[in-house]
Amino acid sequence: MSDPSSSEPDKKVGWLGRLTAGLRKSSAKLVDGIGDLVTKRKLDDDALADLEDLLITADLGAATAARLTSNLAKTRFGKDVTEDEVRTAFAEDIAETLAPVAAPLGIDSSKKPFVILVVGVNGAGKTTTIGKLTKQFRDEGHAVTLVAGDTFRAAAVEQLQVWGQRTDTPVVARETGADAAGLAFDALNDAEKRADDILLIDTAGRLQNKDNLMAELAKIVRVIKKKDETAPHAVLLVLDATVGQNAHSQVEAFQDIAGVTGLVLTKVDGTAKGGVVVALAEKFGLPVHYLGVGEGVNDLRPFTAKDFAKGLLGLS
Amino acid sequence: MFDGLSQRLGSVFDALTKRGALKEDDVRAAMREVRVALLEADVALPVVKDFVEKATEKAVGEQVIRSVTPGQMVIKIVHDCMVEMLAGEEESAADLNLHAAPPVPFLMVGLQGSGKTTTTAKIARYLQTKEKKRVLMASLDVYRPAAMEQLAALGQQADVISLPIVNGQKPVDIAKRAMDEGRKGGFDVVILDTAGRTTIDDVLMEEVAQVRNAVSPVETLLVADAMTGQDAVATATAFQEKVGITGIALTRVDGDARGGAALSMRAVTGVPIKVMGVGEKTDAMEAFHAERIAGRILGMGDVVSLVEKAAETVDEEEAERLAKRMMEGQFDLNDLLSQLRQLQKMGDMKGLLGMLPGMGKMAKQIKQADVDPQMIKRQEAMLLSMTPKERRQPALIKASRKKRIASGSGMAVQDVNRLLKQHQQMATVMKQMKKKGLAGMFSGGGMPGAGLGGGLPGGMPQGLPFRGR
Ligand SMILES: Nc1nc2c(ncn2[C@@H]2O[C@H](COP(=O)(O)OP(=O)(O)O)[C@@H](O)[C@H]2O)c(=O)[nH]1
Ligand SMILES: Nc1nc2c(ncn2[C@@H]2O[C@H](COP(=O)(O)OP(=O)(O)O)[C@@H](O)[C@H]2O)c(=O)[nH]1
Ligand SMILES: [Mg+2]
Ligand SMILES: [Mg+2]
Repeated sequence: MSDPSSSEPDKKVGWLGRLTAGLRKSSAKLVDGIGDLVTKRKLDDDALADLEDLLITADLGAATAARLTSNLAKTRFGKDVTEDEVRTAFAEDIAETLAPVAAPLGIDSSKKPFVILVVGVNGAGKTTTIGKLTKQFRDEGHAVTLVAGDTFRAAAVEQLQVWGQRTDTPVVARETGADAAGLAFDALNDAEKRADDILLIDTAGRLQNKDNLMAELAKIVRVIKKKDETAPHAVLLVLDATVGQNAHSQVEAFQDIAGVTGLVLTKVDGTAKGGVVVALAEKFGLPVHYLGVGEGVNDLRPFTAKDFAKGLLGLS
Repeated sequence: MFDGLSQRLGSVFDALTKRGALKEDDVRAAMREVRVALLEADVALPVVKDFVEKATEKAVGEQVIRSVTPGQMVIKIVHDCMVEMLAGEEESAADLNLHAAPPVPFLMVGLQGSGKTTTTAKIARYLQTKEKKRVLMASLDVYRPAAMEQLAALGQQADVISLPIVNGQKPVDIAKRAMDEGRKGGFDVVILDTAGRTTIDDVLMEEVAQVRNAVSPVETLLVADAMTGQDAVATATAFQEKVGITGIALTRVDGDARGGAALSMRAVTGVPIKVMGVGEKTDAMEAFHAERIAGRILGMGDVVSLVEKAAETVDEEEAERLAKRMMEGQFDLNDLLSQLRQLQKMGDMKGLLGMLPGMGKMAKQIKQADVDPQMIKRQEAMLLSMTPKERRQPALIKASRKKRIASGSGMAVQDVNRLLKQHQQMATVMKQMKKKGLAGMFSGGGMPGAGLGGGLPGGMPQGLPFRGR
């Protein structure tokens, strides 16, 4: 097994540096683009079409991009606009869209344990996010148990165990290939006896169009409900910021099968903007709880509408 | 689920009933829809713009074939353009390159969680079982917890040897150790799996560049998720510039993403997509299919059913009746008329066939058969100027009747003569065919009609009336 202490990337720049550098670079094109487009320019149909294009390059999707530009046109069409005006207007509009979904993950302390199920497609960052959440919960003084519910992928159990060691948190695991639903049931049973504060259940990644794998997920939820019909109390869908329009289909399917209660957007420290979240907010209205900003145990940030919108538009 | 382009174009062209060449204005209107469809399929904006320009150029002035709508015609052109762009020039370019002294180093790079480790095991397994190569895998991922154990476990599952794990070693040193081991152990290929990295992480990008310098990989594959959005361009460009890539491994093609990232990355890097991941197991890998991905990006389901419908327009009963008469060695001018009509339908089929993924070759064959639609029209006109009796008994047609037929169809007497002579030749061949049997008929080349659902009489002997003007 990997040595947990030596496994974190050796980086001199802190997360904030990386996040701002990331957002700066990732939105550089968008920002420069707007600059090129509107400096000394009248906001006519052509300018609007170009601005719409630029929003699309941030994965906002054609419909959302169209809505934002037409909102801009309502107040400013035909006028001379500055780059700053356009950026600020877009950022405000986006922030307004995101404000209702920017909600923290509340832990109901009357639940012992408060059960959190983490779901999503392969490689999205579920296990890593669990590691980061665990650190946060432990720092807040909660008694946490982790459940290695990815019994499929090679070394997925070992990966979560490393996170358990890093955060000094027990991990319930069985051999690869074991029944994940059975594991979750037993883990919940034991956690209830211990009156743990939080039970965090990892799951195998699954593509939302795979009916058999989605049925297995439904079974995990069913079995948990058998033990506690109010559980799982939170079902977090982890989305990778590089994802494009397929995010719509992911949210729809996981919400349908597992009753997703909130989203976590990972890998925001890269070049991808995760702009699809704006369209998701319009369409599904699901809370976005956190942003993943790196691979380290502390690289988790609360999601805030204004900052995210500013980040997308390259405003600081 | 692929309700994209076909429907969009339907509405653009509903009002448009005119045939003939595609006009620039109409094409541009259609391309606005193509543009949105491509963006919805996650093709990156700069690539969309380029693509739309190219496709527009190709489409303007193109003849709309009968029995398809202009919208369908545009889809076909767009589809062909996309296949061309996805596939590149040479087919063999998509093969994994093993042309180097063993052990041949492969380097796998990409963002976090894109599927590098899984794809490493898939390629190793493929090379070992299908290409009979001895493969060694090594994980240079010293960051992600249990990444090395993951590769080792996959190696066990797939029966591929992986380099023993030594904790605390730096990636470059692991790479060198792997190459040493590859040489000593007589391995043909050494595949180096690396940690995921974002392209703006200068420290990690420099690290992988050093690994590259240390081993000079023959293949450097960018492993990328088919669900990737507009970021595909930034990521692919950065890996291309900072590391240099020779190919792309597209993963999670078993999902329901439209996969526009494939086109984006292919276009901006110029390197081929070499393999596709279609599942989590180590055998879930396929060669890249340009047609399949193009169909997916565009949503081609409707066109396939359209072609099926068009295939039904070929009159099966009539075709069978004709085939039967031909086998009996009978072939009068009525039969010729009937066959000409079937051929005309075939002419329309030609364009339709080209739309079907994988059917491009067949369309080409039909084209080579060189059916001239104008010629068929004129021949049909002459035949229709004859009385049914004349068509049954061509011998009745003497000088005065020829004159009447010629003026009735707006042709010259020589044209009538030529038609009769050609029919004479055909009838002779039919008679011979009766003796030689079916095999002789089809080996004569000509129309590949026999393969079509409608069961055309097929086997137009060569050098018969359908050539020349
Ligand atoms: N840069 C970056 N990498 C991340 C982030 N979250 C997860 N990862 C990486 O993404 C990869 C897949 O994460 P993992 O948690 O194993 O995904 P899972 O398959 O959904 O459980 C790993 O290499 C993680 O280190 C993030 O916020 N930023
Ligand atoms: N469905 C599907 N899953 C895949 C494919 N390739 C990789 N995966 C899964 O994606 C996740 C991340 O893959 P991994 O190889 O660990 O990615 P890495 O972080 O780039 O090394 C794992 O759960 C894999 O099983 C694929 O082609 N299809
Ligand atoms: Mg996991
Ligand atoms: Mg890996």
